[in-house]
Formats: sequence, structure tokens, C-alpha cells
Amino acid sequence: MAGKTLFDKVWDAYVVDEIKDGPSVVYIDKHLIHEVTSPQAFAGIEKRGLKVFRPENTVATPDHNIPTIDQHLEIRDQLSRFQVNKLTENCDRHGITLYGLNHPFQGIVHVIGPELGITQPGMTMVCGDSHTSTHGAFGSVAFGIGTSEVEMVLATQCILQPKPKKMRINIEGKLSTGVSAKDIILYVISKISTSGGTGHFIEFAGSAIRGLSMEGRMTVCNMSIESGARGGLIAPDETTFEYIKGREFAPKGGDYDAAVEKWKKLKTDEDAVFDKEFNFDATDIEPMITYGTNPGMGAKIKDNIPHESEIEKSELNSYQKSLKYMGFQAGDKITGKPVDYVFVGSCTNGRIEDLRVVAEFVKGKKKAENITAWIVPGSKQVEKQAKQEGITEVLEEAGFKLRQPGCSACLAMNDDKIPEGKLAVATSNRNFEGRQGPGSRTMLASPLTAAAIAVTGTIVDPKTML
Amino acid sequence: MPSEKFTYIESSAVPINIENVDTDQIIPARFLKATTRDGFGDNLFRDWRFDKNDQPKVDFVLNNEKYNGNILVAGKNFGSGSSREHAAWAIHDYGFKVVVSSFFADIFKNNALNNGVLPIQVSSEFLEIIFNEIEKDSDTSFTIDLGKQEITISTTGQKEVFEINSYKKECLLNGYDDIDYLLNIKDKIEVFEKRN
Ligand code: SF4
Repeated sequence: MAGKTLFDKVWDAYVVDEIKDGPSVVYIDKHLIHEVTSPQAFAGIEKRGLKVFRPENTVATPDHNIPTIDQHLEIRDQLSRFQVNKLTENCDRHGITLYGLNHPFQGIVHVIGPELGITQPGMTMVCGDSHTSTHGAFGSVAFGIGTSEVEMVLATQCILQPKPKKMRINIEGKLSTGVSAKDIILYVISKISTSGGTGHFIEFAGSAIRGLSMEGRMTVCNMSIESGARGGLIAPDETTFEYIKGREFAPKGGDYDAAVEKWKKLKTDEDAVFDKEFNFDATDIEPMITYGTNPGMGAKIKDNIPHESEIEKSELNSYQKSLKYMGFQAGDKITGKPVDYVFVGSCTNGRIEDLRVVAEFVKGKKKAENITAWIVPGSKQVEKQAKQEGITEVLEEAGFKLRQPGCSACLAMNDDKIPEGKLAVATSNRNFEGRQGPGSRTMLASPLTAAAIAVTGTIVDPKTML
Repeated sequence: MPSEKFTYIESSAVPINIENVDTDQIIPARFLKATTRDGFGDNLFRDWRFDKNDQPKVDFVLNNEKYNGNILVAGKNFGSGSSREHAAWAIHDYGFKVVVSSFFADIFKNNALNNGVLPIQVSSEFLEIIFNEIEKDSDTSFTIDLGKQEITISTTGQKEVFEINSYKKECLLNGYDDIDYLLNIKDKIEVFEKRN
């Protein structure tokens, strides 16, 4: 019998039951909830006269729909206030731990899970948010779900899910200077498209992946969903164990040592077989940026926007519609385009390491006149650490506006909207039409690229500035 | 959500011949502030459907009286992006019972099924035929037989069999939902917890 993949090992350990020709019943270790995708789920279980089955396995925080200024005041927008209050009421009523606004642990769900040590190798994790795939960076099986599924987990701590297929993406070699985790994942999606991963869980492997920090690995797994995959994961190693050590909810002392022994076994067997496998060479990867309206429309910054002849026939309509929306022409040079906004934040690149990269680059420089630059830390802890490290000061001196933690302009549910027609370079994960506000145009890039663009005011390859 | 029973549908269809329609287009984030499941249909495809002064955009298919029916036909990779179930609620609330495409994003597929909306994946060739037939005649009707797992173009008689796992099929046919199923096996879940 062939060996097992890392994904099989974790998944199989959590199957409670299997339905013939149907999905598996999978037990969930950790359930993260936020204000936007949970209210209807609570209403659903209450309508059935149920209580939350295992409240201790769920953790809540508001992030999507909160203001990023004056968080100490009452939320001004009535609907947002109502939704955030609803989360508080629901958590109170069902005994769920909530890190509310102004709690030192509040932040974007996918930032706080790892930084608090809630996320650990070998777990099953879900959240009503597609970027739950982030937590796979620790070797857990983590994926986003819809609200009906949130309701299932609240009611039974289980979910019905067909077992996904398995894919491995190997990236071997050394990344060149100026190339980061974000470039890896934008490059991968540009190669396999936004549907290339559909139906699969992707294991990222190879020396380039092993060489990444935990923050970098989270960025890669975070955006695995943008290839259509259910999630991504990376085998835990010393880098993982070191990151977890000492965190709030991490096992301590002897428990930690015992856990590490267990976690070390979480890797794909040599003879395991994947349904699909891709190999990429790290030295082919350059600083990337998107030019269209889905994350698969990415290119090397130094290249031109592809011509129609380079696009697959089945993608042609969306390619044409995209360029029209962005106001770009086929074959355009990407560099040199003037930019209006730079947004550094989100669960993809709003961690302390990302802020450090930006601060290091802009130290002693100033943002360009034409740029409005927003930095939104992923969590209260990131915000605090940035202050302690002097990052906040550096950024403010360079003319960046620092806001308070939340999803902010990643999805523009609050007031942090890019105005109609304006062009933003964002470190977040989605460049869909109007994602950052009605009529806004978004190009996705790494924190380093965003920093370089903030300084020059136009699209630039950061490699030329190092 | 326990849904109505789904068996047989005969209807004309609304075509959106664009690939990679993401859930941000289906329902933009600014409409996700609600705490109930109702009323999302009004904002389905909001920014494709209305201009910034809330006037209908005449060139968008939902504003074209020629096209109606409770089947939505869309280009490949429908429902990508955000996991927001609000997208499925909006489609359902607007009155669509079926979405046909050559490829669906995973989370959207689950969300649709959990709301009594049937996602039908057809071959890209068949999808092209469907778009062509609707272009020729916007009244072209289609029949969907869930029992036989068949979609048929009424005018030409061309048909294709579609996949659906037998558990989900039973759920749709009988109007059951997953939570009912899970609640029924709670003892098994508790046994699993004790063992681990
Ligand atoms: S930062 Fe963006 S992608 Fe991440 S959880 Fe928030 S809205 Fe979703």
C-alpha cells in the first residue's frame, strides 16, 4: 500500500463517520468566528432550540466590519455596530471566548490564531472565511466554510465534507533578493490559474518553502485558496516548533516537548502519491504584480501585460473585461504606471514581519506626493510590537497613515475604501472588480514592492531599488 | 437551512457568459452587514446591475426583459473567491434554483447545495451549446431532472448527464439538510471525542 500524505494523516485522524457515496463527517478542533458570517448560524441553531455543542472549541473576534480609527468609541455605522454587538451577545449567550474591540488579542482571525498559539500542527480548523487556509502553514488541515457549515460546527463540532484530492507544489532553489513569499504564491497562481487547485488540498514543499519564515509560509498558504484549492499546508519543522513555543495557548514545558515529538511525525511518506504535482524553480520567480481582476492575472513586474494571443481561449472574455475595467492595454509596460493608493495590511501581509520589511525600505525616505499610503496592522499585538520596535515612527515619518487593526481596505466593508477609478497597490489577496470599494482598481503585490511603489509613486520593480 | 424539495424544473435561462465570476460580484461586501438571510436578491450582481446612482445598467442581462427563468448559466469557475454564503442566498432569493457552469469553485458549490440551489457542472462543449441556443432564442427552455441527473435543451433535445453525490441528491430531493444528519449521529461524535 502506498504511503500517506501529510493531508491524509491529519484528515483521516478526524473522520468520525463516512457516508457511502457522500461526504465524510469530520471533527473540528478549532473553530474561529467573526461578526459577518456567524449571526445567521447562531440564529439557525437557536431556531432549532440548540446550544453550542462545544463552546470551548470556538474563538471569536470582530475584524471584517469594524472601523480602523477611534476603536475606543462606539461604532458610528449603525449596521456595523449592530452586527458587532450581535457577535458579543451570541458569544455571551453561548459561552464562547471573544476578543472584542479593544481587547489586546483582537485582530484578523487568521492573524490572531497563529500569534496566540491557537493554531497548532495536526489540527483541523475551520472559519467562515476562505482564507482559513492560512493556518495550514503549521501542518494543520484548515479551510474556509459557509455560514450553513458554521451552523453545523456550532451545533455538532463536525462538518460534512467530501475528501479533497491531493496536490503537491514543489519549489526548489533559492529565492533571489527582493523576492518574497507573496511573489511565490502570485507566481504559482499565475501558472496554475484561479481554478487550477479546485477540488484539491495543496501541500507546498521544496527547499524554497522550507527556507521561509512562518509568516512567509502563512502568506503562501493564505493565498492557496486563490488557486481554487480548498486549502494549503506545509509540513511542520523546527521553524514551526520555534514559532509556537511560548505563545499564549501553546503547550508549555513537558507538554510542549511531547507535542513536538508528535508533530515531528506530520509529514508526507516517501512513497505517497498525489493526484497532481507541479515543480517550480525558485530562481524563475521575480517580484510579481497583478494587472487584471483576479489573482491569477499576475506577471513579473518587469514584463509587459500579456497579449491576447498568450491567453487561453476559455479565459478570453474575462481577460478582456478585466483590462477594460483596469484601463490597461494588452502589451502595456507594467512599470511606470502612476498609482494613487498603497495599502499594506490584511491576513496575507499584515503581520509584524511585513511591517518590518516596509519600514526597513522606507526608513529615511518619503512617500511620493501622489500616494496615499495606509498601513493596517493585522492585530492588536502586531500594532503593539510595531510601536515597541520603532516601526510606527519610521512609517509615520515616511508619510504613511497608520490605522488600527482589522480587515480594512482588503474588502472595504468599513470606511476604508479606495475611491472610484483610483489605482491601489495592495498587499492583500483579491483584486476583484470593486473589491476595495465600488469602481476601485487593485494591483496585488508584496510588502516590499508596495513600499517601493509608495516611494516612487509609480509601479516599479523593487529589485531595481535595492 | 431545510429547503424546499427539489425534483424537476422546466425553465428558460439567464446567461452570463463570463468566466471566473467571483462572489464579490455576486454580492459586494458592503451588503454583508445584515444579520439575517433575507433580502439579498435585491443586491444580486449589484455593481454590474446598477450604476452608482442606483439606476439599472441597460446592458446587463438581469435588466434585459428578454431573459428570465430560474436557471442561471455562467462561464467556467463560477463562485470563486470569498466564502460568503450570502452569494448563494442572493441567488436563491432572486429566484434562481439552478446554476449551470462548466466549473464551480468548491465553497460556492457547498453553499449552493446547502441552500437548495443546484449547481450543475456540464462539459465546456455543452455549455457553449447552451449559450448559443440562448443567443439564438432567449426563450429556449431547459429541463432539469434531478432524479435522472439530466439537463436537456428542450428545443433540440440535446442532453447531458451531470454528477451529484447520492447523499446530496437525497438531501435535495427530500428537503433535508446536513445539520439534521449530524444531529442524528451525535452519539457517534461523542464516542469519537472520548477516543481522542
Ligand atoms: S483580511 Fe481580507 S481576506 Fe483576510 S480575513 Fe479579512 S477580509 Fe478576509
